[in-house]
Amino acid sequence: MNDTIVAISTALGEGAISIIRVSGDDAIKIVKGIFKGKDLNKVDSHTINYGHIVYKDEIIDEVLVSVMKAPKTYTKEDVIEINTHGSVAVVNKIMEILLLSGCRLAEPGEFTKRAFLNGRIDLTEAEGVMDLINSETELTRKMAVNELSGKVSKLITDLREKIVALISNIEVNIDYPEYEDIEVVTIDRIKTEVKEMKEELTNILKLSEDGKILKDGIKTVILGKPNVGKSSLLNALLEEDKAIVTDVKGTTRDIVEGSIIVGGVKLNLIDTAGVRKSSDVVEKIGIEKSLSLIEEAELILLVLDSSEELTEEDKFLLDKTKDKKRIVIMNKDDLKNNNKYNEDVIRISAKTNQGIDLVKEKIKELFNANAFLNKNLTYFTNVRQITLLKQAIESLNDAYQGVLNNSEIDMIEIDLKLAWERLGDIIGANYTEELIDNLFSRFCLGK
Amino acid sequence: MKYDIIVVGAGHAGCEAALASARMGKKTLLVTININNIADMPCNPSIGGSAKGIVVREIDALGGEMGRNADKTLLQIKMLNRSKGPAVRSLRSQADKVTYKKEMLKTLENTENLEILESIVADLMVENNKIKGIITEDGKMLYCDACILTTGTYLKADILVGDKRTPEGPHGEKRSNFLSDNLAKLGFKLLRLKTGTPPRIERSSIDFSELSREDGDDEELTFSFDDIAYYDYKNQVPCYLTYTNEKTHKIIMDNLNKSAMYGGFYEHLGTGPRYCPSIEDKVVRFKDKERHQLFLEPESLYYDDIYLQGFSTSMPHDVQVDMVHSLKGLEHAKILRYAYAIEYDAIDPLQLKPSLETKVIENLFTAGQINGTSGYEEAAGQGIIAGINAVLKLNNKEPLILSRSDAYIGVLIDDLVTKGTIEPYRLLTSRAEFRLLLRSDNADLRLSKKGYDVGLLPKERYDKLLNKKREISELEEEIKTITFPQEKCNLSEYLKRPEVKIIDYKDRFSKKYSKEVLEQVEINHKYEGYIAKAKKEAEKMIRLGKKQIPDDIDYSKVDNLATEARQKLEKIRPRTIDQATRISGVNPSDIAILMVYLKRYYNE
Repeated sequence: MNDTIVAISTALGEGAISIIRVSGDDAIKIVKGIFKGKDLNKVDSHTINYGHIVYKDEIIDEVLVSVMKAPKTYTKEDVIEINTHGSVAVVNKIMEILLLSGCRLAEPGEFTKRAFLNGRIDLTEAEGVMDLINSETELTRKMAVNELSGKVSKLITDLREKIVALISNIEVNIDYPEYEDIEVVTIDRIKTEVKEMKEELTNILKLSEDGKILKDGIKTVILGKPNVGKSSLLNALLEEDKAIVTDVKGTTRDIVEGSIIVGGVKLNLIDTAGVRKSSDVVEKIGIEKSLSLIEEAELILLVLDSSEELTEEDKFLLDKTKDKKRIVIMNKDDLKNNNKYNEDVIRISAKTNQGIDLVKEKIKELFNANAFLNKNLTYFTNVRQITLLKQAIESLNDAYQGVLNNSEIDMIEIDLKLAWERLGDIIGANYTEELIDNLFSRFCLGK
Repeated sequence: MKYDIIVVGAGHAGCEAALASARMGKKTLLVTININNIADMPCNPSIGGSAKGIVVREIDALGGEMGRNADKTLLQIKMLNRSKGPAVRSLRSQADKVTYKKEMLKTLENTENLEILESIVADLMVENNKIKGIITEDGKMLYCDACILTTGTYLKADILVGDKRTPEGPHGEKRSNFLSDNLAKLGFKLLRLKTGTPPRIERSSIDFSELSREDGDDEELTFSFDDIAYYDYKNQVPCYLTYTNEKTHKIIMDNLNKSAMYGGFYEHLGTGPRYCPSIEDKVVRFKDKERHQLFLEPESLYYDDIYLQGFSTSMPHDVQVDMVHSLKGLEHAKILRYAYAIEYDAIDPLQLKPSLETKVIENLFTAGQINGTSGYEEAAGQGIIAGINAVLKLNNKEPLILSRSDAYIGVLIDDLVTKGTIEPYRLLTSRAEFRLLLRSDNADLRLSKKGYDVGLLPKERYDKLLNKKREISELEEEIKTITFPQEKCNLSEYLKRPEVKIIDYKDRFSKKYSKEVLEQVEINHKYEGYIAKAKKEAEKMIRLGKKQIPDDIDYSKVDNLATEARQKLEKIRPRTIDQATRISGVNPSDIAILMVYLKRYYNE
């Protein structure tokens, strides 16, 4: 029923040991066929067995083979892990033999897909694994681990229980209207509880939106008049981290041209051309375009010249970015200090690298990155979850509004139920069409 | 003798089934153990209640009898949950147990195509898994094309009082000894269920002077959309309220080992309903409650019994006397009939299709307590659907299946055939996801067309509905033209404010609209936002309900399904994806897998 898949589950060529993982109905049978040692069919589940991989009478490697029988395994199928000596050649050889013996090369995330489909993990956990596989930075890796640990599910489950307690009390009042034995839910109780839940979810949403920006990369634009040192700043940020500017494929809009990793945080640079050519942003691309860039950006690095007075152009840019998350950078601090602008500004010299660390710290500070890196925060990181979260908050807002409007208690309950449903959708507790769409898109089920 | 349809049992399910069948033109036989007990109310003297009152309205909207029969025999009626929203309002009545039976018998006897036979059915005649007829205990063979079993609590019934177990039906009636064993032989899985009833007290022995009185509503109300009031609302019979107290609780705790339920006299006991616990259950489970409410309800104007609602027990008689005497107002009460618990056989409702035809025997339908439910209204609701569907089946037509957004009856049947039950199932408003759509006031708008289309609801009633609909649209238009210059809005918008009542503007309308029409328009506007939300959620369900699962699906071929899900799906064989989502043990990921499989199945 389930074909048997194989993949190398450690990074190839690194470390002393490589692990090859096999999962599926024939996992034990296939490995048994190339293993010389104990009879793998007869060994207990969850044991490690010493022996050799042998192919056509030739000993390929000395190995330890872990046998884990269904259902208590990651995929709920029979799983075998072969611990081999790390050489790339040996690992590749064993892979080749396994493929010849009836295994199929696993698609990315396929072990997780099976774990989900076999009911071992829920949707948020599965999404966490997918994110983990795709994570590029330490930060996103931590976020994924957080999801995977089930903290997110736990939080949602707890909130849903709170709502259910409230709903069921209301229901009892409806079904047994003539009985005074049962505590009657008061509007005040609903008001207090809904307000608390609303606030809790709104905090999570705020955190999640920061988290999502951090995960996807911060859309950043570097602004400044010609020759103010935009490209030197970019190079200083780059050199410091030995990061590379790469084209980002498949990003939603074309304006993101490359990304750099600064202090563990990914910045997606918008309109690097404007920066690289050190051209006059406003004149070159037009006021409208520059305004739309500012609109689009999640972070603005606005570079001023320490050696000159503020120009009209500087003032224009300062004014247009005042409501955005921005860092005003006074470059050329090593030269004369003629610029009187003094509000919350970081003084640097891109040439001498002076102050670059401060810029990086400031970026992290603006997006709470340190909190995400160091603390155990609970939040969502993908669009599906954040959208549902917003809908749940909206329903709680409606319920709260209902309380204020003196609506009947059973009407208010409709909104409470909707909030409960949407939270359930987040953790995959309900079957929805979105769920299957999600499965198709993330796990390539249709193929 | 050969009939089109034979109905076995003449309780609330049986009466509706037989009437539907006969009214839809089938030659029908109704078999009952005791002709004087047709449409009996062996437990509480009440029709309606939360959610149940809406079921009665639904039965009426489809062309059934329960609402009309209750209207004819009312002692008292009120609308529950008036202070809450329109979705949860529901009628509750006290009906006269004597006239209720009489009126129903009269209706049955005056119905064309319908015969009544007093007998006990012992076995079914089945050929090639298709029903052929019934065999009575005295050996008579009666043939039919379809059969509806509505045997209530009579299958191998035992009465339990203290340590005594007596093989008999409710209040000493004969029980059915053989039918359930024969059903088991045919392949039905049986359940053993239990329910109970409280003692009946002699009216003249109660001191009502210090008890608080519970009256009916001060306006004319009817279950039936016929809108004929047979009673005088200024002259309703009151109920009274009393409470258990410390003394009562002590007597119960001291004698717990004598209770049939707690005494440990029996190795196996049927499963009782959680929501309708005996008084000893309540005292044991809610130790911190100082008192429990008890209602004193009149059973009939023609005899003296007062029903002590909330006091059902399986204690021996002497303890019951002490318990009753500990209650305020009942210090010298005389018990006319003692409380008892009753145990009976039912079939596992997972063996039913949503049409209420059994999956085991073709053209055999079941309805009411035999399907594991409890309550007169639940029984009647299934009865009418079984009756309609038996006729439709014989006419080679698609069955009438009400969805969860159509009717409480739809919720009830879907729950039974999808989730099954392990205790007597009672309908609750909380079981309905879309109750704002399933209101008491709009049961006719929801269901009368369906009742008319299957040929049960008479034309004049359908015309009445069409007229109501027309007037609703007229009034909807008219309120847009009535403006409030100071508020800068018209009545249609103005109505959305909680304090604005449509009735206050009736003089500005071009004609006199009925109060039902006014009510509809007011609800539609006042709750527009909420109704829209409920409809949106219901549509999701309806969409999944359109995704059919082929009858011949082989679940062993669907890869990756969890073992439990596979077994459940195999057993229940849901008709649609929507139904499958409600099976416990079938997780969203199983549904996703099933959907993927179906996509392939349909594409191939």
